[in-house]
Amino acid sequence: MQARGTGAPYTGATSNPKEDLTMLRFLVTLLLLCLASAPIAAEIETGDAAIDAAFAQLLDRNFDVKAQGVAALAASGHPKTGELLRGILESELRYLKENGRLVWMQKRDDGEHAIDALSGEDYGTYSSRKFKKFPINNAMRGQLRALAAELELHDADPTVRLRAVNAMLDNVEPEHAALFSGLLEKEQDAAVREAMSSVIALARLSATDPAERRKAIDDVSGSLEPAVRNGLTRLANSDPDKLVRAEAAASLRKIEDKVRLYGHVETLFFGLSAGSVLVLAAIGLAITFGVMGVINMAHGELIMLGAYTTYLMQQLMPDMIGLSIVLSIPAAFIVSGLVGIAIERGIIRFLYGRPLETLLATFGVSLVLQQLVRTAISPQNVPVSNPEFLSGLWQINSVLALTYNRLYIFIFCLLVFAGLFFVLKHTRLGLQVRAVSQNRSMARAMGVRSARVDALTFGLGSGIAGIAGVALSQLTNVGPNLGQSYIVDSFMVVVFGGVGNLWGTLIGGLGLGIANKIMEPWAGAVLAKILVLVFIILFIQKRPRGLFPQKGRAVEG
Amino acid sequence: MFVFKILKGDRGGQLFLLVLLAVMVAVPVMNSLPADNPLYLSTYTVTLLGKYLTYALLAVAVDLVWGYLGILSLGHAAFFALGGYAMGMYLMRQIGERGVYGNPVLPDFMVFLNWQELPWFWLGFDQFWFAALMVFVVPGVLAFVFGWLAFRSRVTGVYLSIITQALTYALMLAFFRNEMGFGGNNGLTDFKDILGYSLQADSTRIALFLASAAALGLGYLACRGLVKSRLGRVAVAIRDTEDRTRFIGYKVEHVKLAIFTFSAMLAGVAGALYVPQVGIINPGEFAPLNSIEVVIWVAMGGRATLYGAVLGAIGVNYAKTWFTAAFPEVWLFALGGLFVLVTLLLPRGIAGLWRRKEESAS
Repeated sequence: MQARGTGAPYTGATSNPKEDLTMLRFLVTLLLLCLASAPIAAEIETGDAAIDAAFAQLLDRNFDVKAQGVAALAASGHPKTGELLRGILESELRYLKENGRLVWMQKRDDGEHAIDALSGEDYGTYSSRKFKKFPINNAMRGQLRALAAELELHDADPTVRLRAVNAMLDNVEPEHAALFSGLLEKEQDAAVREAMSSVIALARLSATDPAERRKAIDDVSGSLEPAVRNGLTRLANSDPDKLVRAEAAASLRKIEDKVRLYGHVETLFFGLSAGSVLVLAAIGLAITFGVMGVINMAHGELIMLGAYTTYLMQQLMPDMIGLSIVLSIPAAFIVSGLVGIAIERGIIRFLYGRPLETLLATFGVSLVLQQLVRTAISPQNVPVSNPEFLSGLWQINSVLALTYNRLYIFIFCLLVFAGLFFVLKHTRLGLQVRAVSQNRSMARAMGVRSARVDALTFGLGSGIAGIAGVALSQLTNVGPNLGQSYIVDSFMVVVFGGVGNLWGTLIGGLGLGIANKIMEPWAGAVLAKILVLVFIILFIQKRPRGLFPQKGRAVEG
Repeated sequence: MFVFKILKGDRGGQLFLLVLLAVMVAVPVMNSLPADNPLYLSTYTVTLLGKYLTYALLAVAVDLVWGYLGILSLGHAAFFALGGYAMGMYLMRQIGERGVYGNPVLPDFMVFLNWQELPWFWLGFDQFWFAALMVFVVPGVLAFVFGWLAFRSRVTGVYLSIITQALTYALMLAFFRNEMGFGGNNGLTDFKDILGYSLQADSTRIALFLASAAALGLGYLACRGLVKSRLGRVAVAIRDTEDRTRFIGYKVEHVKLAIFTFSAMLAGVAGALYVPQVGIINPGEFAPLNSIEVVIWVAMGGRATLYGAVLGAIGVNYAKTWFTAAFPEVWLFALGGLFVLVTLLLPRGIAGLWRRKEESAS
């Protein structure tokens, strides 16, 4: 920016624009004052006479008149009354002076739009100064809040009612008991009924009669609402009646037990979702390692390729994130599967019977693949966005909420497992794979082309690694090192579950995930991981072939 | 003499030890030349060579268990790093009041973490003899316990490889924790002197180089002696057919445990010599990649030859130094390609090439 000096020298008061503006402002203020003091005929024109009249009173300067206006508005019977009351309360409802419409101010890219509060019509953009507020004071706020709550309590939509009831939980007065008892009788929705019962109980918790209070304690037993717990804590600590104190404490303990139980449920859920990630990462390995006896150290990089496929698909269709994720699943399967087949045909088939050499060669492949991604795409992490259906929470009750992405990953893991299980048990390829894994030479003697089966099995395992990569791209950072961080864990799962056993992988993975999450709160994430590793090392001593060892003569050879 | 008896029939080893002796004489001489002499070796290069020699010792330790015992350890860097940490702790205590915080007893990172007194496992590390003992004891005990558990329950082959990898991975995670008391992420560094001699001095660097060379030579002889002994021949029998050796009546587990523990101690010594030369030890040394890289040195040089391991370690590391300076992005391609090509085309490594020529000539 370049600073410029004032162009024209100062010549006189009339030619100074600043002076003019001050003058103008004064005149406008004067005009406004005149308007305000004069009896307002019809500043608000919505077309609804009752509402117009109420808002006319609301614009009066006298706060008593304003309060009457609020009452009149509440009594108007218009379906949008509740919204209007909340709008005044939160200073979001505005009106346009030029046409007297009640509007919401909506910020968009091209400026502030005026949206009619009653009809929803868009009047186009206005300067934000054109939107006028309704001034209120604290006494009116209380009145507005009560009226809005009452209106909402009678709303036709149960979610609105539930919200209204929950909003009251924080400041319950003893007289609410009677009000809500009346409402409760008419209420149909179970969730709303429960919330109302809590309010009534809370109201009665503050009753003057100790017997009444004790009965109330009895009624709220088991409620998880934080307000109920606060009320009980208050009684348990400072109630004048000894019996009430004892009962409140007992009830509180019961509630805390329940909260702890839900805490365990949550840990279990976290464990299952963490375990699902492990299972997804390990299950492809279980096939290549278990069925073919081949250690594929590049497995992690095949997962990484799957994640990068997701990234590239999103680059291809940036407007359809949800669709791109769905399409990424087959795409990643194909990409990783083909790379896997190439590894098998190009390297591994020359090294059958030399597992340690296979391990080294595939490790070399993993280094090359990592560097390839670094060189071709970027050495940094790439951004992968989450579609809408994967974000958000499933609120089960006030202490337990499950995130959708964790829930979906668990379901996804089970689906992949089921699919793989089906392929192995009910298809021709699966039959051949099992035959080759159990006794290679006998299978060959029976006419199974073992080389082809090897390649396809490796492709299948690698493809599943690619699918795991799609899932992981939604949970963690996608970068060249993505695979490396999962390879040790995946091997642990396979070794723990038992080589060559899909069930072992599933149970092993989920079990390790849960064990990890159970230990995390008291040991910390890193120590929990170390403890799990040490546990597996010790476990292998006891059961060298995992949880579910493969049985049969071919195993020892 | 005993040494000659051990080296009988080991042409590669004889050559290697001769070269090593020559280098031990030549390097100090070349370092003392004036800087403009074409044969002058800078102290930086001497230290680099010393580092290669410690790597070579580590590779010899790996070759001993992989080449002669059939145990592919993917966790030998853990023993190397533990030896390094033992030495690092000694060097840390030697800093004394010269640290940033000037605390005479506590290393800087402990002052930083607001620790009040030295943890019990740091006690004694102000004495060189104690630290030197721990260089053997700590990796040795870990290898003994780990091996005792693993060999007793007959964990073999790839399973063993994977759990050795899990071991070093777990140790890496553990050492990254500040609460462990080993400097966490940053590790131990900023060393000042060893046995009263400044680590920055040229003479100390030369001495460390000579010590590394001597350790490599002695380590080589020890391994060679072990391999030639009855124990070594049982080890080879175990490598080739473990079950038959067991049926004949040998205590397979005892043999494995003894050699594995010895190898771990050797790796620890290599680590202890490595740390004063590079001036830092941090948990990154435990990374599974490091252990696997050692294995490729051995595979590259030629498994079950011992001198091949030395050749591979020095060759690959020289290539690494050169590549990472000249074409940093190509190094991983080269290393990865090396893994693939060596296993596919050179299963006996470079030493194998030479041997084959020798065999066809005779």
